[in-house]
Amino acid sequence: MLSQKEDLMLYEFDGSVEKARPEVVVFPLSTKHVSGIVKLAAKYQTPVVGRGAGTGLSGGALARGGGVMIVFARMNRILEMDLENRRAVVQPGVVNLDLTRAAEKAGLYFAPDPSSQKSCTIGGNVAENSGGPHTLAYGLTVNHVAALELVLPDGEIVRVGSRHGDSPGYDLCGLFVGSEGTLALVTEITVKLSRKAEAVKTLLAIFDAVGDASRTVVEMTASGITPAACEMLDGWTLRAVEDYIHAGFPRDSAAVLLIEVEGLREAVESQAAAIGEICKANHARDVRTARDNSERDLLWKGRRNAFGALGRLAPSNYVLDGVIPRSKLPEALEQIHAIGKKHGFQIGNIFHAGDGNLHPIVLYDPRDTEQFKRAIAAAEEIIRMCVALGGALTGEHGVGMEKNELMPLLFSDADFDLMRRIHDAFNPDSSLNPGKIFPLSKGCGEIRVRKSGQATGARP
Amino acid sequence: MSSIANLSGQLEKLVGSDRVHTSEAVRKGFAIAGRAPMAVLKPRAVEEVGEIVSFAAAEKLAVVACGSRSKLELGPPQRYDLALDMTGLCQIAHYDPGDLTVGVDAGLPLKELSMALAEKNQFLPLAVPCSSTSTVGGAIASGIDSTLRQQYGTSRDFLIGAEFVDGTGKQCKSGGRVVKNVTGYDLHKLLIGSLGTLGVITRLNFRTFPHPESRGAYIATFPEMEAALNFHDSLLKSGLPFSNLELFDPQFSALLAGYSNQAGGGNLGSPGKNAWHVFASFEGIAGVMERIQRELQERCDRAQAAHNETLDARNSQQWSDALRESFDWLRSAAVNVALLRIVLPQWAPGDVAELHQALKQSPLRSAFALRACNVAYLAFRSEGEDAQTNGAMGRCVSDVRARVEAKKGNATLLHSPAWLKDRINVWGTKRADFPLMQRVKQAFDPHNIFAPGRFVGGI
Repeated sequence: MLSQKEDLMLYEFDGSVEKARPEVVVFPLSTKHVSGIVKLAAKYQTPVVGRGAGTGLSGGALARGGGVMIVFARMNRILEMDLENRRAVVQPGVVNLDLTRAAEKAGLYFAPDPSSQKSCTIGGNVAENSGGPHTLAYGLTVNHVAALELVLPDGEIVRVGSRHGDSPGYDLCGLFVGSEGTLALVTEITVKLSRKAEAVKTLLAIFDAVGDASRTVVEMTASGITPAACEMLDGWTLRAVEDYIHAGFPRDSAAVLLIEVEGLREAVESQAAAIGEICKANHARDVRTARDNSERDLLWKGRRNAFGALGRLAPSNYVLDGVIPRSKLPEALEQIHAIGKKHGFQIGNIFHAGDGNLHPIVLYDPRDTEQFKRAIAAAEEIIRMCVALGGALTGEHGVGMEKNELMPLLFSDADFDLMRRIHDAFNPDSSLNPGKIFPLSKGCGEIRVRKSGQATGARP
Repeated sequence: MSSIANLSGQLEKLVGSDRVHTSEAVRKGFAIAGRAPMAVLKPRAVEEVGEIVSFAAAEKLAVVACGSRSKLELGPPQRYDLALDMTGLCQIAHYDPGDLTVGVDAGLPLKELSMALAEKNQFLPLAVPCSSTSTVGGAIASGIDSTLRQQYGTSRDFLIGAEFVDGTGKQCKSGGRVVKNVTGYDLHKLLIGSLGTLGVITRLNFRTFPHPESRGAYIATFPEMEAALNFHDSLLKSGLPFSNLELFDPQFSALLAGYSNQAGGGNLGSPGKNAWHVFASFEGIAGVMERIQRELQERCDRAQAAHNETLDARNSQQWSDALRESFDWLRSAAVNVALLRIVLPQWAPGDVAELHQALKQSPLRSAFALRACNVAYLAFRSEGEDAQTNGAMGRCVSDVRARVEAKKGNATLLHSPAWLKDRINVWGTKRADFPLMQRVKQAFDPHNIFAPGRFVGGI
């Protein structure tokens, strides 16, 4: 347990641009501990927020209402591996990649692969319904969870779902996964493991114009080719990455597509050939194929460490997360460019092109208050554009306290009423992760952020 | 004035007299387990659905939303005042073939959606029974099995958003139109298989899929169960990407062949009606098809099947169609049928053998199929309706359920004579998370007007 100011300060940030300090940080070792802590907090009417590794990008794991932060770092055991049935039972603090490593020998892996997979926890993945590059083919975290053990805000321990993932009744797992810690705390997860594909091919398509790269994605989607992953890096971003990682992205190109196809050998060969043709038809300068695992790993290293690379260019960066219909990709990228220009930023794009999940990046200096305000304004304009194009506020980072005020762009009062009733059915006093998902302005007195809580708000 | 006449007068004010039906003939057509509603309403617009539900909430009238009514029997409601005939809402609202997404009204026939998607060489992997009449809304609300589940997953995996009227009469939505989205609670997932107990579904958004270059199937027959089980198990472990993989007993095979002949599907050409069958279907480019066929053949040679063959395109389609309709023909395979859907954490060969051993002792005829994804269908059949036969049917179902629940599985009574559904809990023993389901129900439907008693635990 931590309660000294200097210790607590370590927990007032996550991967987002927000900030909020808990009053106490605890590290439970068991479900019983969690239940006990929650009961105690309820007794003292103190808010509780769960936290994995704190890599989230929407402020989901910040103590917006102050109170108790439950950090699951020490509940990090893999409790059971049922390789024959491709199931694993894990505690929430297990690091995403550690589970894949444990399953690898049997030719299995855990499919959700956020960029932060080396440090992010499965509990966090469940809370946020995290995605990753391979979501394109294999879905979000919710598609890989069969059952959960939960602690409700009154301390009750319950199990939902079942090992086979097919019990009659409402899909409670589907509700709790992605509820951003606002309904319950997850203390144990039964995940589905996936079989590694027998063949994989990783292509790097190089373009002299961003429009050509985005049109390639549109055409690929429309022609019914679904690769396992299809990532885009624009020229500005890939140069930053190249300077840092030396992944082999040509510095003089305007955009690259990192495309991966998986499956039976025969299918992979043919898909790769078809993709190559579409790239060429859209004026790709070159389409390279990773010759071996080390070349493949290097390309992915470039993609996964891109945000780190960009961190070298400015004191801080703001990674956005929005979704658009894939047919609108070229238009969306043009608009992002225009919005950046308007607000005085060069906005980089490194994102999951195949499923229309944009990640524009705004570099800013948090010490420059005026610049920070402009960054927030540009971000909001980009998210509004996504909605205007028929898209959504977030594809994988969650709403958290980053976009709760933007929720009315998509949802009506009736929608909020129902979501509120669902929220209150499990978390009636908003003691669990207050101030998230729902706009504070949206009536119902819903988010009773405690007055005694620490000052909250965006950095700086 | 009678209460029905009084009610119909008020309903006519809501939706117009041509949309309210109170004649016995019409009402009977919407009956569930012998219980007919007081009135049938056919709304033309979502706003009308909202008004009807608001009215029902105020008057505490129980509402059941209906599509083509092919699977209404799944859960009999305890109260049933109004039937909502949703087939008047039947448009394709938006279709973006380039994004592979489509949004449709709940009352749209699945068949019409398939035709529209086929024009762009796409499809929705909802291969569900009663496909010639089923509406999209009914296919989702019933949660009935799709025979493409092995490859494409359940609708949970491709339903990306929904609009519905909640129990207060308000139009709500969740999800959206894009393929990747974590904005807000995923309420649409709760609607899947909820039998209309949470809301009246009005709109469903899906991701669509490109038609594969070709589809094929393979059938192998075995005189002995053990050899069939081993072959089936070897295919499960092969990692080959099958669209569907099923194993069925001789009784199931005979019924299947009979159905196909009758339905004009033609002779399935299966040589051994009295054999155990393993059926595998698959799809893809020519190279993939050849590879899978080759590996099937190799494994089959080792398994020493009595007969095996790669089916041609037409025959593959016939088999797939007939298996897709299993629920429908199994339930009409005898005067009385009790059809169980059984899920186990794992169906090892030993589990099938054990069940089969028990079935041998049963006084009733049965039919068994182990379908993809650890789901099995088991039908008990009887031609008599005397107390003794009925008693035997009840005992058979209870006995199987006890065995299944002991193995941490569940057995749902998909179909049975109405008296049996009255006597035996359709959904099996209540699970530990039932109180949480009640909370969800209460949030969606605070006045408890949506199909009360129809679902798990009497929700």
